[in-house]
Amino acid sequence: MNTEITVHVDGAPRRLTIDTRTTLLDALRERLGLTSPKKGCDHGQCGACTVLSGGRRVLSCLILAVTQDGAKVVTAEGLAAEVATAGGEREDGDLHPVQQAFIDCDALQCGYCTPGQVVSAVGMLDEFARGWPSAATPGTGAPRLDCAEVAERMSGNLCRCAAYANIVPAVLQAAAASTGPASGAEVAR
Amino acid sequence: MTFLNELDAIGRGLPRRDGPAKVLGTAVYAYETPLENAAYVCPVQATIARGTVSQLDTTAAEALDGVVAVLTPATAERLASTEDRELATLQDRKIAFRGQVIAAVVADSSEVARHAAALIRVTYAQAAHDCELRADRDDLYAPERVNPDFPTDTTEGDVDAAMAAAEVTVEQTYSTAMYHNNPMEPHATAALWDPAGDGSLTLWDSTQGVHPTRATLAAVFGLDEAQVRVVCPYVGGGFGSKGQPHVNVVLAALAARAVPGRPMRLALTRQQMFALAGYRTPTIQRCRLGADHDGTLTALEINVVEQTSKVKEFAEQTGVPARMMYASPNRRTTHRLAALDVPPPSWMRAPGECPGMFGPEVAMDELAERLGMDPVELRIRNEPDVEPGSGKPFSSRNLVGCLREGSARFGWSERDPRPGVRRRGAWLVGTGVAASTYPVSRMPDSTATIRREGDRYVTEIGAADLGTGTWTTLAQIAADALGVPVSRVDVRIGDTDYPMASVAGGSSGMTTWGSAVVEAARAFRSRYRTEPPDGAEASGVVQPPDDRYAMHAFGAQFAEAHVHTDTGEVRVPRLLGVFAAGRIINPRTARSQFIGGMTMGLSMALHEISVLDPRTGHVVNHDFADYHITANADVDEIEAQWLPEHDPHVNAMGSKGIGEIGIVGTAAAVSNAVWHACGVRVRDLPITLDKVLHALE
Repeated sequence: MNTEITVHVDGAPRRLTIDTRTTLLDALRERLGLTSPKKGCDHGQCGACTVLSGGRRVLSCLILAVTQDGAKVVTAEGLAAEVATAGGEREDGDLHPVQQAFIDCDALQCGYCTPGQVVSAVGMLDEFARGWPSAATPGTGAPRLDCAEVAERMSGNLCRCAAYANIVPAVLQAAAASTGPASGAEVAR
Repeated sequence: MTFLNELDAIGRGLPRRDGPAKVLGTAVYAYETPLENAAYVCPVQATIARGTVSQLDTTAAEALDGVVAVLTPATAERLASTEDRELATLQDRKIAFRGQVIAAVVADSSEVARHAAALIRVTYAQAAHDCELRADRDDLYAPERVNPDFPTDTTEGDVDAAMAAAEVTVEQTYSTAMYHNNPMEPHATAALWDPAGDGSLTLWDSTQGVHPTRATLAAVFGLDEAQVRVVCPYVGGGFGSKGQPHVNVVLAALAARAVPGRPMRLALTRQQMFALAGYRTPTIQRCRLGADHDGTLTALEINVVEQTSKVKEFAEQTGVPARMMYASPNRRTTHRLAALDVPPPSWMRAPGECPGMFGPEVAMDELAERLGMDPVELRIRNEPDVEPGSGKPFSSRNLVGCLREGSARFGWSERDPRPGVRRRGAWLVGTGVAASTYPVSRMPDSTATIRREGDRYVTEIGAADLGTGTWTTLAQIAADALGVPVSRVDVRIGDTDYPMASVAGGSSGMTTWGSAVVEAARAFRSRYRTEPPDGAEASGVVQPPDDRYAMHAFGAQFAEAHVHTDTGEVRVPRLLGVFAAGRIINPRTARSQFIGGMTMGLSMALHEISVLDPRTGHVVNHDFADYHITANADVDEIEAQWLPEHDPHVNAMGSKGIGEIGIVGTAAAVSNAVWHACGVRVRDLPITLDKVLHALE
């Protein structure tokens, strides 16, 4: 069965006639030809397909595309543009602070899990800023964004090259750059 | 060969050139190649481990709207070569292992292809199968050689007499599990058969070597190599499993030739990869060490039992590192195989060295314990003057330096050798050490071309970047070999349209391709001096290595392990690796290689095991929910350091391969640390809590 939907992907409305069995991931990759969300397991076990939907990080392989009619989806490719829209000052070729931090810290090797890691980090920093706790959050006191918090919150994104030891400092660097000294969340190395 | 002495780019930690495309996700991997009107291929797998397909009813599948073709042994083309039986797909109805491809559907969409594949009705004539590896089997056999071409057995002196006379001995059996490479990018191919003229096949394939893949596929289909082009600018990880084409590549090409002019996309699912994309054999290692009271080894033996498949032999060289690691006048190493009804094992990161430095390196720790000697000092005591076996001098060997530097950095001198006596809250704390090694390999064939294009210098070679940094490091080598700034050098790799390059395997890439680039640069400079005109071009070919020397990289790995006194949970809060691996081309990407290997070693130590049920021949934990690899929170402090090492014999760059040594020895260091923490020797990987819990009560 086919259905018509419109999904806003990286800022542009995309009208699609799709098989109702199609996942959001396959819609993005096989219908729209996007390369940024990756398929690593197709079972929600690796995180390579992570995108933002409605601002939250989601596993696009576990979502049927028909449920995303009208949704705003952002892939790693669209992150830099998102920043440009918000701040209005970014130029072509610029990267989102998380992306730049990944390059600075060499937080990638083969690159296949990388767009999912980047999107997951953006979503995770937002969750932290909203005060969401994780298994690594102490029971009392204000949560601190330290290595243990980042590692815990990024553990849904597998990396077989094992860039983990570089991903954690990259996320902390991006958090420090984007929050600044005056913001709410306390960032610790 | 000119040794590069005036360095500017080599040794600089330049960021990887493919970084921006990879963080954006715009780097295009095989399956994602933009192709108009592509069809999708879905394989059907056998659900028995041995027998014959007696009936294959494809009626319902063919009737489904959107199905383009159904490939079966009755309809698929006859291949020109079926010599490699792993690749001889859909040529007969025999089933040699569970998960083997028995049919495939081609359809307009991936959903329809999958639906149609599920509609194919299969009946089997099932035969008894045998999938169980045991050391006491009576049908073990000695292969002719072990991977890639080592003698199966070696003997020096008299091990039995030396063991009988030894003052201190260790005799134990160690085992490593079945492991799956599991690169994050599944094995994937896009394929197009263009029927014009004699026809041409283009494969956008995720491979560690475009030229070797072309050679294999051309032979399988009886095509001239000139009719086949293989393209692969980015590889989403391989770790050996993409070193040789597996059946998925042949299947994609079969589908493409069945539907001429229409591009095909075929990506294995994660589950399918556990049967179709290779794996590391489980190993059983019987180790014996004999020594004098002062720690001098008098006997060293490793007898390895491992598995292969009946359909194709692969003999992992697990006993090989024990042939050169330590001095001993008496030494024996053997390999025996059980041929089972299982998928063919293949290369996985550091075949031989990775499993083969587990048993012996834990045995060394056990020997140190019996001697009452420090395990670092025991290793130093048995340092050979020349390579055991061959008698060749080492081009460089700095294992002792790695052990000493690592000891100092790790704080080893303060270590109390007694096991099970340090407690921090609910955790028992221990530390352990093990040695690492990996050979310096150079492949016989690779060619590079350097050309002036405008004000740029373009280096072309069909090499691969698996995340190893090739895009960046080859530019650094070319820049220094040409004597130009690296910012003026472009690199083009990953396409058979470029000059022939060897496979990215055996940590041979930089040595082989880099040497070809240096040769090309030398020819370019001697032809054009300092004023090359636009279009100036020269090629260079890799030269044979200087075989007067034994060439290896070395390392020492230190681990801290915590064992929970109530649950037996094992954590590794600290890992340090110190390596001596020649000149480091790019410290930034090199560090990633080292810690990536070490983390995969940690994963092998604590998490990874493919559980093959002998009743079904099926890897029951065939996904990431059940086949556990290290996740981010499993890794705490992990650090890689290297010694400055000048080795003018290895190659013009003075470099040694670093992609694999990081995984070698890690699991032994962790096991040794777990013993030091809680007093339990875990000789059977992975180190799960059930193996230590009994001693904690």
